[in-house]
Amino acid sequence: MSHIIVVGAGQAGSSMVVKLRNLGFEGKITLVGEEPVPPYQRPPLSKKYLLGEMALERLYLRPEQFYSDHNIELKLGNPVTAIDADAKTITVGGETLTYDQLAITTGSTPRQLPAAIGGTLEGVHVVRTLADVDAMANDVKDGAKALIVGGGYIGLEAAAVARKMGVAVTVIEMANRILQRVAAPETSDYFRELHAQNDVTILEKTGLTRLTGEGRVSGAELSDGTMLAVDFAIVGVGVTPNHSLAEMAGATLDNGIAVNEFGQTSDPTIWSAGDCASFPYQGNRIRLESVQNAIDQAEQIAANMLGEPTAYVPKPWFWSDQYDTKLQIAGLNTGYDQTVVRKGDKEGSQSVWYFKGDQLLAVDAMNDPRPYMIGKRMIEAGKSPTPAQVGDPATDLKALM
Amino acid sequence: MAKITYIEHSGTEHVVEVANGLTVMEGARDNNIPGIEADCGGACACSTCHVYVDPSWAEKIPGKEAMEEDMLDFAFEPDAARSRLTCQIKVTDDLDGLIVQMPEKQI
Repeated sequence: MSHIIVVGAGQAGSSMVVKLRNLGFEGKITLVGEEPVPPYQRPPLSKKYLLGEMALERLYLRPEQFYSDHNIELKLGNPVTAIDADAKTITVGGETLTYDQLAITTGSTPRQLPAAIGGTLEGVHVVRTLADVDAMANDVKDGAKALIVGGGYIGLEAAAVARKMGVAVTVIEMANRILQRVAAPETSDYFRELHAQNDVTILEKTGLTRLTGEGRVSGAELSDGTMLAVDFAIVGVGVTPNHSLAEMAGATLDNGIAVNEFGQTSDPTIWSAGDCASFPYQGNRIRLESVQNAIDQAEQIAANMLGEPTAYVPKPWFWSDQYDTKLQIAGLNTGYDQTVVRKGDKEGSQSVWYFKGDQLLAVDAMNDPRPYMIGKRMIEAGKSPTPAQVGDPATDLKALM
Repeated sequence: MAKITYIEHSGTEHVVEVANGLTVMEGARDNNIPGIEADCGGACACSTCHVYVDPSWAEKIPGKEAMEEDMLDFAFEPDAARSRLTCQIKVTDDLDGLIVQMPEKQI
């Protein structure tokens, strides 16, 4: 009987095995995960879970029982230590398993600060896994002083939750502005203002020289020479794709694990999806670190493993929750040359529309779901309003869909 | 605990017990009921857990917040009187016997 092994029990791995069964695959399925828990949702970890509003079991993408009910073997708590692509075997927890098809959905790892500048001091956290968040739970408490290194979505979401818990928060961002890598200045401005209203100190163009402390972090020296007292730090400075297994298998790497439009690596029996996989997109090769990509790419690969392969074409969307603001993003803004801001109907709601020439690329919507949905539909349909239409408050956007 | 009937667009019915405190979406997810995708996991961010609820239940289910209302406007074949996002409906004893019908597709 055919055996499909999926290594990496996150969103992509979970979506893939569920899809395989729902598509009628009757062979053997093994899902291997390094963490000791069944696949869970990561987005709520640093929010509702950390705040104590969501119990662990509710994070599970499926109840633990689901896997055995559907004859999916879960092997949790051990990393894969070896792979032999010629023999089609992997070794995990000392056991060797033979696959007919293998998928690598091992995700990504947050970048850490070097030990030489205090990156390994106690009280220095990253946000990725349940263990990461459990480790910071004791530190995130009323009256504590936090330094957040990196003004991207991870850092800003952490800042919002820490404020809710009564922590005094300073965010430092080396670039000219927060969210510089992922958003237009108008979106950065919106979130800078939002965090200022919530008494977060945001220092842009400011790097970290070092974290200080004996064993545990107690201070920070910033690039402008400022010394801060710090009870804990959260580091959100991006991730690196987990590609070592593919490397061991001899598969081609290129900004992560290189796959073709169908999700296959250079070894056609090995597939890869999610944060760790780079795939062809509009003449380039990209990686997407998002729930949408993890689910959709994994489900496409499940279908491709079982039948005539179809190309994966992402329909990117993304969201971020900070305080009572929900940011929703449709599309990818890469290469934009113009933005148009449109005020929403409610106070504090607005959308930022990204264009390349007259072509709509993406929409950031802050507490403003209607333009998000309109933009998403139009981008997916290959339609585009003109920048002038978006900029005119009298335009009924829905009528343009 | 509430007994909830989920009816797929094809007419296939799934009757399951869902614990209080979970959402109607989580009841579908935990029982692998097709037709409710809930990609965002319940953050009211994706609008892929849309169902129709008979208006007679309106009194027992807390009303829609603005975010849900706006998202539903763009769901597949929304119905102002019956459409809901299941991730926004918390299960209580009052929902025992609830029937939700799924649209032909999620956006």
